[in-house]
Amino acid sequence: MTVAVTKLRVEDKLFQNRYLVDPGRPHIKVRPHEHPSANLLALTRICPAKCYELNDKGQVEITADGCMECGTCRVLCEASGEVIWNYPRGGFGVLFKFG
Amino acid sequence: MSGEKFDAIVIGAGMAGNAATYTMASRGLKVLQLERGEYPGSKNVQGAIMYANMLEKIIPNFRDDAPLERHLVEQRFWMMDDTSHVGIQYRSDDFNESTPERYTIIRAQFDRWFSRKVREAGATVLCETTATELAQEGGKVIGVRTDRSGDVILADTVVLAEGANGLLGARAGLRRTPTSENVALAVKEIHFLPEDVIDQRFGLHGNEGCVIEAAGTISRGMAGLAFLYTNKESISLGIGCLVSDFAATCESPYELLEAFKNHPSIKHLIADSEVKEYAAHLIPEGGYKAIPALFGDGWVVVGDAAQLNNAVHREGSNLAMTSGRIAGEAIFEVKSRGGRMTKRNLALYKTMLDDSFVIKDLKKYKDMPALLHTNSRNFFMTYPKLMSEASKNFMRVDGTPKIENERATTAAFIKARSRWGLVSDAVRLAMAWR
Repeated sequence: MTVAVTKLRVEDKLFQNRYLVDPGRPHIKVRPHEHPSANLLALTRICPAKCYELNDKGQVEITADGCMECGTCRVLCEASGEVIWNYPRGGFGVLFKFG
Repeated sequence: MSGEKFDAIVIGAGMAGNAATYTMASRGLKVLQLERGEYPGSKNVQGAIMYANMLEKIIPNFRDDAPLERHLVEQRFWMMDDTSHVGIQYRSDDFNESTPERYTIIRAQFDRWFSRKVREAGATVLCETTATELAQEGGKVIGVRTDRSGDVILADTVVLAEGANGLLGARAGLRRTPTSENVALAVKEIHFLPEDVIDQRFGLHGNEGCVIEAAGTISRGMAGLAFLYTNKESISLGIGCLVSDFAATCESPYELLEAFKNHPSIKHLIADSEVKEYAAHLIPEGGYKAIPALFGDGWVVVGDAAQLNNAVHREGSNLAMTSGRIAGEAIFEVKSRGGRMTKRNLALYKTMLDDSFVIKDLKKYKDMPALLHTNSRNFFMTYPKLMSEASKNFMRVDGTPKIENERATTAAFIKARSRWGLVSDAVRLAMAWR
């Protein structure tokens, strides 16, 4: 049972989790930019939920639906203003069954 | 809730928040606890090992009904390269005592239990409520605002138990958001297996449990640690590395986790298991030097939010519980003397915490985070490879004279780190450990 690590889809992992998405109210936003900074670009690789992706213009976009609220992106990109970070409204977001 | 005033508001229902709330409520203080999750524990992630002594000091008879998984009788530490591990193993029947000293737990279940105790002690627990702002007046914290309404809920003291990624304290300028060098990102999965399969694979009986902690090339040169904890019918398994290292290498955490699971030393232990959850969380790693101001006018900070985590001994939740309990006792003490919750009076919290194992332990390892950070490639890549090579040289019987194998081992160490490098690493490690 060899698993090809490179073909891993994090979406399959997130599928295990429970979320209550707050439609139209994403709790994290990326500030519009021409070129992403090194830290912002790193998030496309290191966000554990793969929320960050490059669009075809080379800019970083976020889809926060699968976010596990760890705060890695906040630590790297909040101070520079590239990422605007809030917690979801009470009760929304990820719901860990085991934690 | 408007118009009501509390003795204390506690932000968060994790280990620190529950300990603080329980301590104050059971002494008769009027406490409100706010939790943003649907239920206490729904936002919390931990390995998780829970130390009995620290909980006993809060709830002495916790073993009667707390959801505990297995008590630990065996600890393995593995130094891994890509295909092997060199390990230390300690197992003792002495840990099969009537009141075991540590257990594996599942946080979502444990936190619900702890929260029930908190409510039984008389506190008001409000879930699905995100605290959005600390209300201040003349530099003094007077309460909090929540996403339920714009009104301030008033309290004499606010206990910030908001975790490693807490927003309130940082927004109010009471402390900094942690830097990427001072926090690790850990990812974790829970793998379900029948109880008897876990017993067989780890050589366990009844409620005995085993822990494996592992470092080495699995973190690809980053400062990091992987773990595998046996629960009753599941295995918690994960890996964490410093966020600064992740940012520099752009390694993906879930790829590291997959590689760890597929390591030949691990793979057979979790074979045929069913994964039921994937979680991520930040862990404070800055140690003593990263501890922010712990108290001020009308507020104290406890647990992960105060960076109270002993990374060397991977003790987090017991420091959280203890700091929460001590904060609760200090607030009660000030209140019962008739004192106001001023910075001066709340300094009692720090005095009591300084006197506990929490600060004493963190002080002991104050130089360790910097050492591991600046030397991560050597400690997490070079040495594990060398250890593995040395073990292989020692074990293989292939007709090579032993003296030649020994010379090859010594030469490999010197080639990789130089004589001076080896001595200097050893001295620096010893100094940081002292």
